[in-house]
Amino acid sequence: MGTKVKIMNIDSGNSKSLQEDEIKMEKTDDLDKLKIRLPDKDSSEDLDHQQENKDVKIKVEDLDFYYDDFQALYKNNLEIYSRKVSAIIGPSGCGKSTHLRVYNRIYELYRNQAAKGKVFLDGKNILDKSMDLMDLRRRVGMIFQKPTPFPMSVFDNVAYGLKLHYSLNRSQLEAKVEESLKLSALWDEVKDDLDKSANSLSGGQQQRLCIARAIALEPEVLLMDEPTSAIDPVATAKIEELIEQLKGQYTIVIVTHNMQQAARVSDYTAFFFKGYIVEFGKTDKMFTNPQKKKTEEYITGRFG
Amino acid sequence: MKKRSPLTRLVIDKIIKSLSIIAAIAGILILLIIIKDIFFKGINAIGFDFFTNNMRPPGVAGGGVKNAIYGTLMITLVSTLIGVPVGMMAGVYLSEYGRNTRFGKIIRFSLNIMMGIPSIIIGIFFFSIMIIPLGHGSGYVGAFALSVIMIPIITKTTEEMLKLTPDSLRESALALGIPKWKMIISILFRSSKSGLLTGILLAVARVSGETAPLIFTARYSQYWPDDLNRETANLTMTIYNYAGQPFDSMVETAWGAALLVMGAVLLLTIISRFIVSHGN
Repeated sequence: MGTKVKIMNIDSGNSKSLQEDEIKMEKTDDLDKLKIRLPDKDSSEDLDHQQENKDVKIKVEDLDFYYDDFQALYKNNLEIYSRKVSAIIGPSGCGKSTHLRVYNRIYELYRNQAAKGKVFLDGKNILDKSMDLMDLRRRVGMIFQKPTPFPMSVFDNVAYGLKLHYSLNRSQLEAKVEESLKLSALWDEVKDDLDKSANSLSGGQQQRLCIARAIALEPEVLLMDEPTSAIDPVATAKIEELIEQLKGQYTIVIVTHNMQQAARVSDYTAFFFKGYIVEFGKTDKMFTNPQKKKTEEYITGRFG
Repeated sequence: MKKRSPLTRLVIDKIIKSLSIIAAIAGILILLIIIKDIFFKGINAIGFDFFTNNMRPPGVAGGGVKNAIYGTLMITLVSTLIGVPVGMMAGVYLSEYGRNTRFGKIIRFSLNIMMGIPSIIIGIFFFSIMIIPLGHGSGYVGAFALSVIMIPIITKTTEEMLKLTPDSLRESALALGIPKWKMIISILFRSSKSGLLTGILLAVARVSGETAPLIFTARYSQYWPDDLNRETANLTMTIYNYAGQPFDSMVETAWGAALLVMGAVLLLTIISRFIVSHGN
């Protein structure tokens, strides 16, 4: 009973703060149009950020998610800003991955999973039946927890999706594969064995191969579901470096267990708890001055 | 408290252990005896003539089973051409589309029943629906009957093998915008290809040794099978017919055919074992 009440409190608090955020966003939009610069109620250093952030890449509205009869997400509202890294944190089983897996509708592989609500990608609801799934997934790439190389050569792993979505001749294909492997910082390690089976690479290399495979399609959004939880610290550092490099080009959403990682790589952070989004905001602010008690308790390690 | 003596426990342990060892040895021993028996009785029949000549009329010396070898190969080939695609597609349905569905459960249950149907009943079934209207034996109908035996075996192995591939592989393929059918063929089939191939080989091995479905369908012929839509010579029916004949040469030919069939099945099984252990 006690926990239930707590959840309700979190929920009502959450939706209120998000509404405030939205109102704030609209305000800045209007101001930009009028070319009037008024000091924001937050500190002035935030102003620059908010101006470049004004385009929302993904807007989640009242998202509920079900595993059969079990509801895993409640009324999630969230905005993912273009060309920024947004981190999703929270204790195990809070719905972080579930939430992320709606963005490319990968959950539909399983018959017992269902999403209700709206998720807008550039203003278009991706949960609409009319959405072209192949195109959605080309635009929204995903990196998973465990590296999953396809049972084929390193080259073919990257070329496979490319050939499917784009018509390229051999030299264009080779150039694109090379470019993607360079971007994912794997090229120097594999350039001499592109024909080798991808399974022979190390775990960290395999994960960077999966990133190369995803970015080869030139997606607009890159979803990362705990991309470093199955690999060693050195490889993790490489991937975090990579995220840093990629964020100029891609909108990145990363689910992570590791709060230090969220603090290191992300610009914005959403804190999930029991299927609710408790708090969302700029990462540095969230980690230094969280607005909600639950967030503070989690990031200071009192639970989770 | 008086402690129980460990003696009874140890004795029972020894007895159970010995009994199971004896049972295991008996299994191997019977196999070895069968192989030895067929080998020594059949090896004399196998020579150059055995593979290059057709059957001769009863009582006429010489002759081989070239026509029966060809017939068996053709019947097995046709049944494989039907059984493999149908079986694999059904397996794909069960694993990738109908998993956890009511319809999938019904199919899986029916397949289990189908596997338990005695093969002679499948033979009689095809006899009544196809051979009677046709008015004569047919190698094709024999192949249909064999493919019916093959389909549930291949469906089951395909389903099992595909289920062994992790969901993360499916997800990462679909997340690249790869359509599901393509994901199944180019990713799942590829990652489980040794298992799938093994399943096919074992199913082929299983049906190539079947006799009962052919008694009423392909029947038997001592001529070269020009037309598979007529009575078709085949090895297992040759064994069945020749073994009971009064002529020694025919009985010997039956042993030779038995050795050939057994050798082929053994070879297929060994190849499939090899693929399993050296796969991928």
